[in-house]
Amino acid sequence: MIHARALTRRFKIKGGEVEAVRGLDLDVEPGTLVAFLGPNGAGKSTSLRMLTSLLPPTSGTAVVAGHDVASDPAGVRRNIGYVGQKNGAGENFRVLDELVTQARCYGLTRDEARRRAREVLDMLELTSLATRKPGTLSGGQRRRLDIALGLVHRPGLLFLDEPTTGLDPQSRADVWGHILRLREEHGTTLFLTTHYLEEADSMAERVVIIDHGRVIADGTAARLKTDLAGDHVTLTLRDPGDTARATAIATRLEAPGEAAAEGTTVRVRVPRADVALPRLLRALEAEGVEVAAAETARPTLDDVFLTLTGRSLRETDGDGA
Amino acid sequence: MSPQFARDTVTVFSREIAPVLREPVMVVFAMIQPLLLLFLFGPMLAGTQDFGGAQTPWQWFVPGILIMMCLSGPMLAGYSLLVELMGGSMERMLVTPLNRTAMLVGRVLKEFVILLAQAVLIIGLAVPLGFRPSPAGVLAGLVLLIVFGTGLGAFSFVLAIASRPDGTLFWGVTQMVLFPLMLLSGVLLPTELGPGWLRAAAAVNPVSYIVEAERALFAGRLVNPPVLYGVIAACAIGAAGLFFGTRAIRRGV
Repeated sequence: MIHARALTRRFKIKGGEVEAVRGLDLDVEPGTLVAFLGPNGAGKSTSLRMLTSLLPPTSGTAVVAGHDVASDPAGVRRNIGYVGQKNGAGENFRVLDELVTQARCYGLTRDEARRRAREVLDMLELTSLATRKPGTLSGGQRRRLDIALGLVHRPGLLFLDEPTTGLDPQSRADVWGHILRLREEHGTTLFLTTHYLEEADSMAERVVIIDHGRVIADGTAARLKTDLAGDHVTLTLRDPGDTARATAIATRLEAPGEAAAEGTTVRVRVPRADVALPRLLRALEAEGVEVAAAETARPTLDDVFLTLTGRSLRETDGDGA
Repeated sequence: MSPQFARDTVTVFSREIAPVLREPVMVVFAMIQPLLLLFLFGPMLAGTQDFGGAQTPWQWFVPGILIMMCLSGPMLAGYSLLVELMGGSMERMLVTPLNRTAMLVGRVLKEFVILLAQAVLIIGLAVPLGFRPSPAGVLAGLVLLIVFGTGLGAFSFVLAIASRPDGTLFWGVTQMVLFPLMLLSGVLLPTELGPGWLRAAAAVNPVSYIVEAERALFAGRLVNPPVLYGVIAACAIGAAGLFFGTRAIRRGV
């Protein structure tokens, strides 16, 4: 569905050039749900704008839904849907009218456009709001309308730029329900960016992390966490005098994982905590170290990012687009 | 003109005109300023001695009101585009295969229709007040008005595109340009009453030629030099507006 090679975009700014996206390589197979993650300014939106034909690449190629973004942008546009960061419906227009207009933009006849508009209204549970203006809708309803606008022409590939940002938890869950149903019922390929790491973690089959305009990690959330961050085992010892000995044992046993000690607490990074914990406890008991409590934790995608860049995805604030 | 271009233009036009058809009163609200001038300022002029060589002050004043309407309506047409550029609705439409030029032409067409309706309304309301235009002159005058208004509307869209992302430029330029352009075109009082420097400024203002042409046309003087100058000015503004407008929407967004 998406094949990008060395996709690059430079922007001229005061006193020089900024390379917002540097040589992006990406392949997305039909039917997958890909989450595109990265701090502000990492190049997410610029990449998305290039893949959706809104912005011509400086260099490199991208074939999206079978059409080249540079030589055949119209072909790309006909075959993709796009839900932007901002609300897509015009303030002066009624909900149903905007959907009909959108369908007409894709070349549907007036009758087909009306029928299809009704269908997507129904699909996203917006039928009762058909004659309202967007300004009178709640945040969640507006977002559903944006998704409806992206779906009128039944695209096989839908791009969503931060579809849930700024919504309350209930609306977020609701929007996600619709997104997931779309994939289940229509096999739509979904490519989305999100700020919420938990969403990428639990919903996406594949997570692509981008930083400074480059892909720095790509795989399933579980794979990335196991390979790049690892689980944590936290042990609390009865006797503070045992800490050094326990740390040495943990390091020996779980190498090349890392162990760190503080007071009576020893933290060990391991590939799989469920396997490591019994082994650790047995070894410590055999050496006479008394363990008062043991805890395991799975890493988050933020830990993955932290391992890769030394920064947290939640705090970093980038420069440029 | 390809069938797709025609269809896309209709799509954009239908979208833009739908809210107006739903609430036609808004067309009247949008022309409240020219209406007030017609009813509250016009009678004062009508009370003065005739000037500007016209038979009655109304012959002189009404064409000016129409030009004023042209300056405020289409000049501010870009505002709707600006709002859509700052929100997400323009971007949403740019991701569709909709023809780029049709996006501009459809919008300009809507301004054209609104302006025509407003002009007809003003002329209709001015007749009971004592305005006696030549019928052929009215038709010719409306055509000239629409060529001029189309150009202004297109320029307004260019300005809106150039004013992204915050729109400050749009407000700055419209405020700085609109009022002087209007005052220096002699729509309210003849510029001949002003000092030499003001007359010189009016002489380089293309709008004053269009105002003079409108007055000549409405008075039934269809073939004379002011009409020619006005037609040249209006056509130049119309053509330049469409040229720059098309270029801006193709490369800018």
